[in-house]
Amino acid sequence: MCLRAAAPSTETRGGFSLVECALRVSRRCRSVPTKPATDNLVEAENVNFAYDSRQILKGINLSIRRGQVVAIMGLSGCGKTTLLRLIGGALRPTRGEVRVGGKAVAKLNHEELFALRRRMGMLFQFGALFTDMSCYDNVAFQMREHTDLPEELIDDLVLMKLQAVGLRGAHHLMPSELSGGMARRVALARTTALDPMLIMYDEPFAGLDPVSMGVIGQLIRRLNDSLGATSIIVTHDVAEALQLVDYVYFMSDGVIIARGTPEELRVSDKPFAHQFVYGETDGPMPFHYPADDYARDLCAGDA
Amino acid sequence: MSAVIGFLEQLGSRATGSIHRLGFASRFLLLTLRNSGMCFRRFSLVVREIYFAGVLSLIIILVSGLFVGMVLGLQGYDTLVRYGSSSALGVLVALSLVRELGPVVAGLLFASRAGSAITAEIGLMKATEQLAAMEMMAVDPIARVIAPRFWAGVISMPLLAAMFSAMGVFGGYLVGVRLIGVDEGSFWSQMQAAVDFHEDILNGVIKSVVFGVAVTWIAVFEGYDAPPTAEGVSGATTRTVVTSSLAILALDFMLTAFMFRGD
Amino acid sequence: MMKRKALDLWVGVFVAIGLGALLFLALKVGNLASFSAAETYLVKANFDNIGGLKKRAPVKSAGVVVGRVEDIVFDTEAYEATVAFSIDKRYEFPRDTSAKILTSGLLGEQYVGLTAGGDAAKLKSGDKLKITQSAVVLENLISQFLFNKAADGNKDNK
Repeated sequence: MCLRAAAPSTETRGGFSLVECALRVSRRCRSVPTKPATDNLVEAENVNFAYDSRQILKGINLSIRRGQVVAIMGLSGCGKTTLLRLIGGALRPTRGEVRVGGKAVAKLNHEELFALRRRMGMLFQFGALFTDMSCYDNVAFQMREHTDLPEELIDDLVLMKLQAVGLRGAHHLMPSELSGGMARRVALARTTALDPMLIMYDEPFAGLDPVSMGVIGQLIRRLNDSLGATSIIVTHDVAEALQLVDYVYFMSDGVIIARGTPEELRVSDKPFAHQFVYGETDGPMPFHYPADDYARDLCAGDA
Repeated sequence: MSAVIGFLEQLGSRATGSIHRLGFASRFLLLTLRNSGMCFRRFSLVVREIYFAGVLSLIIILVSGLFVGMVLGLQGYDTLVRYGSSSALGVLVALSLVRELGPVVAGLLFASRAGSAITAEIGLMKATEQLAAMEMMAVDPIARVIAPRFWAGVISMPLLAAMFSAMGVFGGYLVGVRLIGVDEGSFWSQMQAAVDFHEDILNGVIKSVVFGVAVTWIAVFEGYDAPPTAEGVSGATTRTVVTSSLAILALDFMLTAFMFRGD
Repeated sequence: MMKRKALDLWVGVFVAIGLGALLFLALKVGNLASFSAAETYLVKANFDNIGGLKKRAPVKSAGVVVGRVEDIVFDTEAYEATVAFSIDKRYEFPRDTSAKILTSGLLGEQYVGLTAGGDAAKLKSGDKLKITQSAVVLENLISQFLFNKAADGNKDNK
């Protein structure tokens, strides 16, 4: 277990020490972690994926160290979310292998996959809270499904998780009564309910105001460090992501085209990284979808 | 010539498409049945869905049943009195309700009231990634979301059909006996003499169970299969009502032919 | 948790109403109360003509329903109708009981009427009734009436 020493969790504003207490209690529902063979929690080796004939991923290689917060960035539709789904075992690669904790995800059977997923958390793009349950029940969902913890203990755990995201007071609200940022935070509490070893975030900043964005960013970092987890953030929000992650992969059109720490990428002179980091409209990533010659297209109707 | 070939091609692709879909739906039903263990271990999940499918359909079922029964009373009397057998009004009302109208009309109402709601709910859960989120939490959405709704529908439907029939008989009684003045004794006794428990009531219950399975199966499948967009969900909801209404009528014909043939 | 209780209560009420409706149909609308699935024994009888007798028609003795017609087949050897009916075990009949097909009211439905004989031995399952009387066919009745009338007329004239 690699718990970051210099984690900002030493500041106890959100009651993180309580969360850590709670971890010890709920840890009984997790299998005993085997000794890691490598320092990498997630490894992808030459991963290819295609929907029918449409090639989405073309030979992705990446490795994610335990305890790190890693961002996978790229334009919309470049295959980032597909990559997350491959890691979560929702899809199988057409070629290559994704390994989590040393095990190839695609080769697991149903039970093994579900056992693995209990130790993973995924935050969906818009939170994906269960709309028919209150915030409280949303956070309690996994505890009730996967553990035999008594209701009193679940009550304490849920309130701690909600406290950690600052929404203990909103536990009785229904998801429809929450703002986008609050819903995202409740979803974050739900994702971390069973203290996963791997947390995946699918566009955690999409559609949020700058303040909420900052809050979510901070929470991601803090939860990762206090839980001793590993996080993967899929995002196109460069500015926000670069502030909090340890390592970045840039993807374009199904391949990884740049990688490095945020500092390296900021000063990178690779045209692609530069365009992305500084948000230039044209560059290696064209503004236009591939098309025939513009003038010819316009004249085509006159013929 | 090419138009004919094009037409045939289109016909063929539609046929294979719908067979493919039927196969998919059958596999989905099998999967639902196989994953039903959890909802019987945790029956509160089903109870919750019975509330939404059954209890919330209660008012429409009871009111419709009452009115259908009253109309049967009026129309039936009008016809029977010409043959001087208005005392058979009870038989007419009870048999038509118990054998046909109870299961069929309750089934149609159930399809549009509860079936569409189930489809819309599951479709929206899919569109907002709630089902995917559940799966990522190592909870099987078929066991946790689909199966309880399916069983709730299968349990609710016969109860609703029985309520519809009972309410209809009461409506027929109100109009026939209280309003028109058919003899109360002969109304009930002729009814009891003519309505057989096995032949009529039990077969009516079997019909309503079959309709319950058909409607909820269609509803959960359409919801689960809905494209995750607004049009997708609304289209699926419409399809649920249309398909299950047609299924009810077709199944009703088949069951009637099978059950009430002979004598 | 309060919400959960209310939900359970509503569902309980719903199921109770549903079962109540089924019970109402079975007892008040249907004939389950008058003739339940109690134990029965099967008796057969041959009739020249069963008229409009149907399966599930009541079998009555002294106006009390004691059983139901179970099956009607055509006997290819005797060229008669063989009617099988079940009688409630509670009601025992002598072996020389006779059966006739009667009509409730002038145009009502037909039923089997049993008239007890005087034999000491009781009917057993599978027995066949010897003495039967066929259904009254209205056409036959009318022609018989006219024939008698004509015969009476002849007598008066003499």
